[in-house]
Amino acid sequence: MSPFYEDVIIAGFGGQGILFIGKLLAYAVMKEGRNVTWIPSYGPEMRGGTANCTVVVSDEEIGSPVITNPRSLIIMNNPSLEAFEPRLKTGGLLVVNTSLVTLQPKRTDVNIVKVPANEIAIEVGNDKVANMVMLGAYIAKTKIVVKENILEALKKVLGKEKEELFELNKIAFEKGIEIGNM
Amino acid sequence: MGEKVLISGNEAIAEAAVQAGCRFFFGYPITPQNKIPEYMSKRLPQVGGCFVQAESEIAAIYMVFGAAGAGARVMTSSSSPGISLKMEGISYIAGAELPCVIVNVMRGGPGLGGILPSQSDYFQATKGGGHGDYRLLVLAPSTVQEAVDLIMDAFDLADKYRNPVMVLADGYIGQMMEPVEFKKSPPPELPPKNWAITGAKGRPRNLIKTLYLNPVELEKHNLKLQQKYLEMAKNEVRVENYMTEDAEIIIAAYGTTARITKTAIKILREKGINAGLVRPITLFPFPYSTFKEIAEKVDNILVVEMNMGQMLEDVKIGVCGRAEIHFYGRTGGMVPSYDEIAVQAEKIVKEEAI
Repeated sequence: MSPFYEDVIIAGFGGQGILFIGKLLAYAVMKEGRNVTWIPSYGPEMRGGTANCTVVVSDEEIGSPVITNPRSLIIMNNPSLEAFEPRLKTGGLLVVNTSLVTLQPKRTDVNIVKVPANEIAIEVGNDKVANMVMLGAYIAKTKIVVKENILEALKKVLGKEKEELFELNKIAFEKGIEIGNM
Repeated sequence: MGEKVLISGNEAIAEAAVQAGCRFFFGYPITPQNKIPEYMSKRLPQVGGCFVQAESEIAAIYMVFGAAGAGARVMTSSSSPGISLKMEGISYIAGAELPCVIVNVMRGGPGLGGILPSQSDYFQATKGGGHGDYRLLVLAPSTVQEAVDLIMDAFDLADKYRNPVMVLADGYIGQMMEPVEFKKSPPPELPPKNWAITGAKGRPRNLIKTLYLNPVELEKHNLKLQQKYLEMAKNEVRVENYMTEDAEIIIAAYGTTARITKTAIKILREKGINAGLVRPITLFPFPYSTFKEIAEKVDNILVVEMNMGQMLEDVKIGVCGRAEIHFYGRTGGMVPSYDEIAVQAEKIVKEEAI
């Protein structure tokens, strides 16, 4: 079996919690003993009014933390779909937030998972946790980390100050997992 | 093995400095390294240290001069244009033989340039930058973990040689998060700082100066400095040879570029091209002998940098005509991708085969 490897670009508007879910993922990966790099929207390929981050996961030493053709995409707005869809690897995974992305994905050689993330987020209580729904769907599809480690990361990142937000984020995340498993 | 923490390069650099005993930090803000002073402003008071945001880079470097002269472990950090401003002070600190650590998280230049990653301060770091015949010991990390390890070593090396040490990182290393372990190693044996200005009560007074109006004395001082740089070249060269054993082409790169190159090497090897990487970790002293040896084994060396060809000149000195040297560089904040590097290397190997 070849060593485990995955990379994902998470992209959307600033304020959608794009970097936040990237960090949760990176933290959970670290907990599971794998190598991981997390890079925020910084660098020439990252321009264009969107917030994004790249997470690389590997059992081996990680070479480039910057990815030209990612294996997975989590897309939270139209400009991000336009920017990153053409770069997705053949056979890759495209998780798209259909509540906000009105453009239709053009690729036919990739796996597309449509998630009405904002609608679900509103259902569970707050629009703002749409990012957690997306993360849940992505993790259900890739099984890249176990759910518990994301929740542990969430607890840690929220800290004592924002402890009260844990339940809402958790429920949104679990809804995302359900959608991913459908 | 200790606990790993997920941390950005900038914050990791700051924490590593604190753990290495750094208690003084003087700086002035500039992107993309602001997390270093921000972290220090919070952390240093917790350990009885002192953080000052100076009125300028020039003021900051002279505060470093003062604290180093008093024998403290002290650090400053900045990014390219800010480092240029510090250059006068760096020359003075090197001339006065004081230990300190200077971090440059490089961005694109010249001038104000841009805020994106770059390696275009290689010349400035390794060949001077300030005036006079001085050298900095220059360390170039390529991962966040290595940034931590090198920062810790930097303080020891600075004390060992009574010389400023520069940690030369590119913007990506500052911005990236990776799991990091802060390793605790026993402190090495270092010479006592009996030269420091600590109040001369009960002992002959110490003098820290860079002014030598007598040319005989100044030449003597310079010769002593050169002797120290030779010692560094003898003892401190660090280099990583990655898959060089069976390589038909060698890529030379440092910092983030070297990491990206490792992925390019994977791509090349999948295509049946045996590529290897020579990654200088110390840029001064430079691993000239490694390049001399490698040039005996391969015909082609491709130098890749985020600049227009600066380390290239040191590779040429090391190789000294024994192999063909090629260059691929991106600049201005553009970053070479692994695909681009692989294409360049493949082209060289295929042309060779014709």
